[in-house]
Order: sequence, then C-alpha cells, then structure tokens
Amino acid sequence: MSTYYAALFADVGILLLGAISVYIILATGQLSLGNAGFMAIGAYVASYLTVKIGLPLMVALLLAAVVAGAVGVVIGFPALRLKGIYLAMATLGFGEMVRSFFLNLESMGGAGGFHGMAHVSPVYVWGWAGSILLLVTLLERSRVWLEMCAVHDDETVAGFIGLNTTVIKVSAFGFGAAVAAIAGGLFAHHHIYIEPGNFGFERSIDFVLAVILGGSTVAIGALVGAALLVFLPETLRFFADWRLAAFGVLLVLVLLVRRQGLLDRAMFMRSIFKARRA
Amino acid sequence: MKGPSASPLLRLINVSKHFGGIKALDGVSCTVERGQIVGIIGPNGAGKTTLFNVITGAYRASGGDVVFEGESIVRLPPHKIARLGIARTFQNIRLFAGMSVWEHLLVAQPHTEVALRRLLPVGWADPAACRRADEVLALLGLEDVRWRIARTLPYGTQRKVEMARALTANPKLLLLDEPVAGMNTDEAADVRALLLRLRENGLTILLIEHDMTFVMNLCDYLYVLDFGEAIADGPPAVVRHMPRVLDAYLGEED
Amino acid sequence: MSIVGGFAGCFVLLQQLVNGVTLGSVYTLIALSFSLVMGILGVLNLAIAELFMFGAYLGFSVIARGLPLPLAIVTGMAGTTIIAMVIEKIAYEPLRDMPVIAPMLSTLGFSIILQNLATNIWGSDPLQLPPELFDTRFSMGTISIGAMQLVVIGVTIVLVALLAFIVQRTAIGRALRAVAENREVARLLGVRAGRLTLVAFALSGALAGAAGVLIGLHYATVTPYIGVETGLKAIAVMVVGGTTRIWGALLAGPLIGILEVLTVVYGGAPVRDFTVYGIMILILLLRPQGILGGASTEQGLRV
Repeated sequence: MSTYYAALFADVGILLLGAISVYIILATGQLSLGNAGFMAIGAYVASYLTVKIGLPLMVALLLAAVVAGAVGVVIGFPALRLKGIYLAMATLGFGEMVRSFFLNLESMGGAGGFHGMAHVSPVYVWGWAGSILLLVTLLERSRVWLEMCAVHDDETVAGFIGLNTTVIKVSAFGFGAAVAAIAGGLFAHHHIYIEPGNFGFERSIDFVLAVILGGSTVAIGALVGAALLVFLPETLRFFADWRLAAFGVLLVLVLLVRRQGLLDRAMFMRSIFKARRA
Repeated sequence: MKGPSASPLLRLINVSKHFGGIKALDGVSCTVERGQIVGIIGPNGAGKTTLFNVITGAYRASGGDVVFEGESIVRLPPHKIARLGIARTFQNIRLFAGMSVWEHLLVAQPHTEVALRRLLPVGWADPAACRRADEVLALLGLEDVRWRIARTLPYGTQRKVEMARALTANPKLLLLDEPVAGMNTDEAADVRALLLRLRENGLTILLIEHDMTFVMNLCDYLYVLDFGEAIADGPPAVVRHMPRVLDAYLGEED
Repeated sequence: MSIVGGFAGCFVLLQQLVNGVTLGSVYTLIALSFSLVMGILGVLNLAIAELFMFGAYLGFSVIARGLPLPLAIVTGMAGTTIIAMVIEKIAYEPLRDMPVIAPMLSTLGFSIILQNLATNIWGSDPLQLPPELFDTRFSMGTISIGAMQLVVIGVTIVLVALLAFIVQRTAIGRALRAVAENREVARLLGVRAGRLTLVAFALSGALAGAAGVLIGLHYATVTPYIGVETGLKAIAVMVVGGTTRIWGALLAGPLIGILEVLTVVYGGAPVRDFTVYGIMILILLLRPQGILGGASTEQGLRV
C-alpha cells in the first residue's frame, strides 16, 4: 500500500473515532458540535506525556482519555440545562474555547504547534479504532444502550420508567470525550505535528457529518461515514477545481434522498437481540 | 378485596399543586389499598392527569404529602419513584418512537445495579430479563410485532405496548391514564379482563377514565375531581347518584 | 511621564472603541441574519457565513470597477438574497420536518459549494480594495474615524431600523413573529409557513450580504475564509443578544466588537476568542434570553 493511501487509511481510523465520539453523545439526544475540543485535549495531553514525560503511548492515550473524560463529565452537567440547538451552540463555543486555550498555551507551542511525537503506523491507529468500534458495537446491544435510546426518544418518560437521565446523559458526554481524546492522541502520533488549527470547528463538523451520512443510529454507520468523507473527495478528483463543490452537492443530495443516513438500526434489529432462550 | 390488616399502598394527603396563580389541585386526599382498583373521574380539566404527575414526581406538589408504602415520596425525583414500584401510562401515548417493542420491554424492566448485566449484550447477560419480556409479550398478544419500531405501529397496538412497558417493570402500583379511550366495547372488555387478571396477581391499579360504563363495572372505589378538588368519593354504585357528581358532569359530553 | 502615557493610552482606548463599534456593527448584521432563521425555524443556517463572504466579493467586484458604493451594497445584498432563497428551496424546505441536524448539514453542503465557487471565481488570495476609498478620515481631537467606518455604522443602523420596521409594523413581520412564537398555532391561523420561511431566508440573506460588503470596507481586504471566523463569532453575538431579539443583537454586536478589540490589545487573539465564547456559554446557561432580559422561552415539563 502506498504511503499516500496508508495515510488516508489512518485518517479514516481517526475520523471514525471522532465520529463515534459524536455518536455516543448523540445517542442520548445531545448534539455536540465541539468534540474537536476533546480531541485537542487528547492530542495535547498524550503528546505531553510521551514527549515530555516519556510515558509509553498506550498509557499516554489512556490517561489522555481519562482527562478528557473528566472534562466531558464537567461539561455534561451544564449541558443538561440546554436543549437541541442551544446545546449545539454551547458545545460549539466550548470547542472554540479549547482551541483558543491551546493557541495561548506557549508551553505546548501555542500557535506554532507542537512536535516531537514518535510516529505510529496506520495499523496501530486501526488497532485502537477497530477495538473501540468493536467495544461500542457490543455496547449497543446492552441494557445501558437501550437506556440511552430511551433518553434520546423521550427524556421525560425515560425518567418515569426508572432511568436516571442525569447519569446517563453526563456519562455519555464523558465517554464520548474519552473516545475523541484517543482520536486526538492517535492523530498527534500519526501526523507527529499538531497545532490548534487542527482542532477547529471544521473538525467537529466532520465528525458530525460522518455520523449523519453513515447512519446516526448504529455505530457501524460511523465507519461508513468516515470512509465516505475521506475517500469521496479522492474519487471526486475528476472534478478538479470543483471537487469540493461536488462534495457539497453530494452532501445535499444524500440528505435529501436518505435522511437517516446510509445505515439504520432497524436493519440490524434482529441480530442485535438474539436472546438465549432457557 | 380490601386488606384491612395491610396499610394503604398509596395515600395522598391534602395534595395541592399551583402553577403561578392557577390552582390545578387543591387539597386532594385519597387512599388506595393494596389489591384495589381505584378510579379517578371528573370532567376535563379537573386535574386528574396533574394528580398522576404529582404522584409520579413530574411535578413537585405545592402542598400536602404523597405516601407510598408508608414512606413519603413527595420530594423524590421521577426515576426514584418509578424504582419504588410505580408505573404509568399516558393519555397521549408516549412510546419511545425509534425503539422496537422488544426494546421497550427490556429497557423498562426493574433496575439492576449489577454493572456487567447492564453493559454486556442483553441476550447473554440477562436471560431472565428476556424471559420476562417474552412473558409480557405473550400476555398482551404482541409477539407478532416484537421487532416493529414503535412509531410504525397502529394506535391500538401502541396502547398495548404502553401497557406492556408499564407491566414489564413489575410494579406494585399501576397508574393508567384513560386506558380505554377511543376503544370499542369489545376492546374495552378485553382491557377489563386483563386488569382483573392483573389484580388477581397482586397488582394495585389507579386509573383515570371518562368511560363511565367501564369505570362502574371495574372499580372498587371512585374519587371524583372537579376544578382540582376532590368533591366526592365512594363505591361506584353510590357515587353515580350523588348530585354533586351529576352537577359536575352536566354539560359534559360523554 | 506615566500621566502622559496614561492619556495616550486613553486615546488608544477610544480609538479602539471606534474600531470595536465598527466591527460590532458587522457582527450585528450577521447575528440578525442567523437569528431570523433560528428564531423562526430553529435551524442554524451554516450557509450564512459563506453568504456573507460571497456578499463581500460581490461588493468588491462592483467597487473595483469604480462604481459607486451604494450600488456595491445593493448588488451584494441582491446577490446573496437570491442565493439564500435557492438554499431555502433546496436545502431547507424538503427537510423541514426532520430533526434540525439535517437541514443544518444541508446548509453546510451549500456553504461548501459557495466557498468552492468563490475560490474559483476570485481566487484564494486576498483581494485589496482601492486604497483611495480609505483616505478620508475625520478627526475629533486625537481620535480619527474613517469615512468608511462611518458608512459601516450608518448602513448598519439603517438596515437594523428597516428590519425592526418590517418585523414590527408590517403584516409579514407580524406573521414572522407569530411563527417564531408558535408554529402550530400560526399555521392554524392561516399563516402560510412556506412562503414565510422563504421571506425569512431572503431577509437573512440580504443582511448577510450587506454585512459582507461592509466588512470589506472595514478591513479593506476580502478572502474566501472570512466567512467561518466571523460566522462563528456572529453566532456568539446572536446568543448574547438573546437569539431572537433585534435590539439585543444591535446592542450585543458592538459590545462584543469592543470586547474583542480590547482583549486583543491587552491579551492577544486567543484570549479574545476564549472570552467571547466563554461569555456566550455563560449567557446560554445563566441568561438565555440575552442581555436585554425579558421573558424566558423555556418550556416546562410537558406530560
């Protein structure tokens, strides 16, 4: 595989994780337009730990995930007070705040960026991406995920059937943040150079796009969406200077034609719940 | 039917609920004994659903107390009240639109604290839950629509699913908000039979209903609300003749 | 010496205030542009940022040909209005019953198209406006304000007043407010939501286009990338002003503009962004109806 395609392949893995981070939070009915902020936290924390402290990458990634997860939980509480588009705007603001925070952080390079990370191969990236995808796919078949779906569909009634919606929603933020952080750490160590501009609004929107296009009700959808977003512009090379416009047109078309995204939870319903009969 | 030795399952003591200047409930008291089927009737806007909302914790009572199994629940959040064993249905059906019937019956089951059972795939980790869901499906004749997504179901089936969801929680007290609204006589008879069976199995039921025939034929005891006040109570045979009750319903379409 | 320094600092401050108000005026217009669509439809129209950019280029093209300034503004507005209506028909209307993400992402698709279009037509290098435009300055003591800055502020005030007039005094404005208040009831009362959203999009496009032309006058350059940066800030302005309040946006724009300019002087660009978005989040959490206050539109538990 040529290095160019190898790099694209890695990008899909990283975008997949970012998409999953949005997916997890979206599953509870919360739209987050700021997950690039969690990605940034993961990237910078992981890079700091490997470059300046010398920790092994796996440990650094896990610690970065914990840090971001904690931030996610902290964000999750005020997020409870906001609904729909207002929450989306607040998360957008959060993402921008994180970006400008790192822009200001001279000890990690500020605007000049940070480097010194050891390079990891696309295979390593996919080791993480694949594992987390598998984990989430398994989780989708659990009671916890059903509770998240219930909160998504009708938060009030979810309370009436005994679900602690606060814990569910806040945990989703934490979990999503952790996954985004791993995406960030992997990004940092694959591209071996990071700067705050990598983690702006466009990145957050890319995550959301991947989820919505690929299918916002199943984790596998994130994979389809990520692959689409990375490889589609490649196949649109034919359009030369109008490549991006073609992508925009395609995006509008897909949304018009298949609203729920390409894949759909209902498709997998029967296989999800193969009960073991006594 | 009444168990004189057991304390009442549910007691409302002088419950009030204000919304700004509006008194939705004003000093309502009622008692539900274990194993009873108690009805709450009254004209539209009398505050019946508000009463349910106060009992289930959706609204915080402005005054008074709600006592369930001897413990005051008036300050508890809805999910804690649900876990104590109170389940409800809604006047306007509120299912989880994107979830299948089967998923409804799994998610509404009694809460389990065992982390592994909640995080691992349901089929492997909690066969008991699956069995229970199967039973409720069978009880309500919903096996055919097990995999159907709630929003695609016809109205009557949705009502059944809502009932199934409430039952799957294994409640001690079931609150039903207009369970036979829009049903014909046969369907209502089915519901009546079901509720009687459930009572035989130890379930206590509190229901709101407009259909007088249904209520008269089923309930052990009735409370009548009008303008947020409890204006009368008693066995159906007595209540139906009370002048105050007839007054309240005057002009009401039935 | 420090006293002199103090005075000089004061004048710098006042000068910055003028810059802040000018920048803020542009923010106000874009914020209103977002808020028209948000308030009525609950949708975040992500294409507004690029409409704004497009307006800037259209205005630039007119000015570069030596044509008068008013024509530039009108052309910019007209162009973006038309595009906005196209977007309404294709990106919003078919998706209007879906959760807000869908139309939002659809408008994103359009913003991508617009950006590509602009880059292909005008190139991706910054374009400079003719410098002679910016020679005229008026001095009040040691503060000078450029003629162009006055134009920006003046045009903004006129447009906002016009918008306020439309919304508060005309039939269509009443209809817009009705729909913003409660879609279902408005529909029952016979308001034709379809035509109305077209009007909302058109007005929003016009404002974005005007803002675009004006920002060109303020900064004297246009690039294809001004959309996103300014757009996000404008969302913050909209929120601070109280999402659907016209006068709130008029107040919040210059406020944020001044805040931005001051924090850059005293802290640098990252502090600026951090502060602006921080305030936006605080308002969302603590005072969602914006700085002007008024009734909260939060709905209680509905069972």
